Amino acid sequence: MDFQPRITAFVCNWCTYTGADLAGTSRLQMAANVRIIRLPCTGRIDHMFIVKAFERGADGVIVSGCHPADCHYTAGNYHARRRFGVFRELMDFMGIDPRRVTFSWVSASEGVKWKDVVNETVARVAELGPFDAYHELAGDTITGGEPAPDPFEAAGGAETSDPLEAHEVGR
Amino acid sequence: MARIGVFVCHCGENIARTVDCARVVEELKSHPGVVHSEDYKYMCSDPGQALVRKAIEENDLTGVVVCACSPHMHEKTFRGAAAKAGLNPFLCEMANIREHCSWIHEDRGEATDKAIDIGRTIIEKVKHNVPLETIRIPVTKRALVIGGGIAGIQAALDIADGGAEVVLVEKESSIGGHMSQLSETFPTLDCSQCILTPRMVEVLQHPRIKLHSYSELESLEGYIGNFKATIRKKARSVDEDLCNGCGDCQAACPSRKIASEFDAGTGKRSAIYVPFPQAVPNIPVLDRVNCTRFKAKRKGIEKDVCGKCQEACLKGAIDYEQEDSFVTEDVGAVVVATGFQLYSIGRDQPAGLKGYGEYGYGDVPDVIDGMQFERLASASGPTGGEILRPSDGKPPKTVVFVQCVGSRDPEKGIPYCSKICCMYTAKHTMLYKNKMHDGKAIVFYMDIRAGGKGYDEFTRRAIEDDGAQYVRGRVSRIYRDGDVVKVWGFDTLSGEQVVVDADMVVLATAMRPQPGIAELAQKLSISYDEHGFINEAHPKLRPVETNTAGIYIAGACQAPRDIPESVAMASATAAKVLGLFSADELEREPTVALVNEQTCIGCFSCEQVCPYGAIEHVDVCDVEGHICGVVARVNPGICQGCGTCVAVCPSKSVELQGFTDEQIYAEINALGSW
Repeated sequence: MDFQPRITAFVCNWCTYTGADLAGTSRLQMAANVRIIRLPCTGRIDHMFIVKAFERGADGVIVSGCHPADCHYTAGNYHARRRFGVFRELMDFMGIDPRRVTFSWVSASEGVKWKDVVNETVARVAELGPFDAYHELAGDTITGGEPAPDPFEAAGGAETSDPLEAHEVGR
Repeated sequence: MARIGVFVCHCGENIARTVDCARVVEELKSHPGVVHSEDYKYMCSDPGQALVRKAIEENDLTGVVVCACSPHMHEKTFRGAAAKAGLNPFLCEMANIREHCSWIHEDRGEATDKAIDIGRTIIEKVKHNVPLETIRIPVTKRALVIGGGIAGIQAALDIADGGAEVVLVEKESSIGGHMSQLSETFPTLDCSQCILTPRMVEVLQHPRIKLHSYSELESLEGYIGNFKATIRKKARSVDEDLCNGCGDCQAACPSRKIASEFDAGTGKRSAIYVPFPQAVPNIPVLDRVNCTRFKAKRKGIEKDVCGKCQEACLKGAIDYEQEDSFVTEDVGAVVVATGFQLYSIGRDQPAGLKGYGEYGYGDVPDVIDGMQFERLASASGPTGGEILRPSDGKPPKTVVFVQCVGSRDPEKGIPYCSKICCMYTAKHTMLYKNKMHDGKAIVFYMDIRAGGKGYDEFTRRAIEDDGAQYVRGRVSRIYRDGDVVKVWGFDTLSGEQVVVDADMVVLATAMRPQPGIAELAQKLSISYDEHGFINEAHPKLRPVETNTAGIYIAGACQAPRDIPESVAMASATAAKVLGLFSADELEREPTVALVNEQTCIGCFSCEQVCPYGAIEHVDVCDVEGHICGVVARVNPGICQGCGTCVAVCPSKSVELQGFTDEQIYAEINALGSW
């Protein structure tokens, strides 16, 4: 298999990140295609994160948090689940194959499940092939490792970030 | 200009075996913004930390990235090291290349590439980190305890003995709770009142405990360390300061046939009454529902009727005009110890529950519940401790005890085990047999659950020494047949139907949370389960905390609990409360949400999703001081930092410090270059 998919994972700090830690402590071997971004809670996930990940070259995305009723913050995972339900339809609309995104619950004790989620997602996305649709549409403006437009400028909130600072970031 | 230092740890061989640390150092050295990059065998060791400190000082670093283990492992260590070198600790982050990389991959090339990616992601994040200051919140060293049963009493005494002030609120006119109603306690057969009443008196006499009896919590505002509780002192019709507890009013009251709640309906009381002789405080309360004077008033009779208690009171303490009053108390912590009620098996059932009409409770006078049996067996009860059946006052020769009435019966709406019934039924059979040597005690049970110190020995003693006859099976029907109570049951061990002609039947009914628990939980913004028991923050590791900081739980309000467990929980809450009170200021991680009040549109979507009620409304005024809008503000004392508000904010006006949009997008963008 030549194509190695690139997967970005958004996980909560308390369950899935700790579950992934456990997978490490247990030396569970898994595909090396996943890059984890740690968040306090899946409730923190703005679906624009997922869109951004695809824009920046991810072929697949994993969203994983605490099981229902186990959320460290009581209900953040429910908000995430509800938001994701809506987001799936948006993905369909945007032409992103929903199979590129895995939404799962992995608790702090489920190292094995994390390994399975990683391997299954990698295998599934490998089968789907590279995610090129966005790049074909956006042309050369985004791809090629060039800096992407600042998300704050895009969101119209440029005043919150120092323009000098943003410029200097070596993306 | 960012000046980031990167420190790559070998973790002995743990990382270095599969990750080429030298290549990681080289690659990251050339990453924009990185001015220093080095590796070391054990970065967390003293010399390793010294390297970090030295590099910060020598290179004037503005950020530190430690490529090592999980942040759950050593984030604190390295943030501490950064702080020692004068760098704000929140400018230091961990890149997890051990648990998430070297330990889970075998291919050295792949693992090294991934480690470099992880390092880059965190470097990009750190560029957007800002110095954060630990949040310090002043703490009012005073605790509110809600509920004056054994759990509340224990919590109040332990906290007060630890040096803090306590406000104890009890909704009944006396503290003592269910324990004061019990005859004896398992597994020692200690007299319940003998061990409880000295503690009740201790509460009353304690210089640091303020008791509000016949009072309820009206509202609670504020947050950990800084609560303001409003307490409704219900109109007792007796001036608490004037009353000396002589009991003349009670003796003078002509309405004497009211079913006593304390005796679970087996005894009678007057309209103005002290629930039991050892009540604390020993101040009567006038039951306005049953008082002749108030009954007449409700019927529209203008003239004052009765008034015998007022005439009898030499202190002039009776005040018919008294109204509910309110007091506010500033407290820093709250202990909820509201206890339980017994499942009412009669016809009237709350939604979701079904009664046990087939057991004849309420129709057959000689079918009683466990608490009524306690009162019959109690020396302070209506029969003076003689076990006499309610219908004709005769001593019952055959008593049937039915366990699991309600408990473990999803059909009736209660799937959980009430935990105490196996033990108290065994106790009941012993109390009965000890008083009625020739009597016959028959117990219908599903399983005997006697886990606990001395508990199994206790149930065995009931069976083997005291001769209680245990029948494994359920009872289908109980009805009156002339002088006897017929009990139809099934013995699942012999496979035969059993019919017992009993003189009295005692039903071990399920434990349920107190009525009104949902309203109380809403006032406190704590959560409760589908049965109404209050949820603990973590079932194993934080059993006495709630998800609202500063609010703790003890006893049967959390789940069915027996006395030793309730007391243990109460002492645990006291330890938590005293721990909270041990410093003048409470320190909290600054990773909380912050609203940009300039851009907030005041939609309060954040308020709807915040699980902690941390969102406050703030008025925005124009130059002339007129209110021209309302925006949200996050109370940092309450916020726990989940960030759910950030994701729902339509105007992007909330940021979660430590996990800002800028930081996360920087991480995502960094991944774009792999």
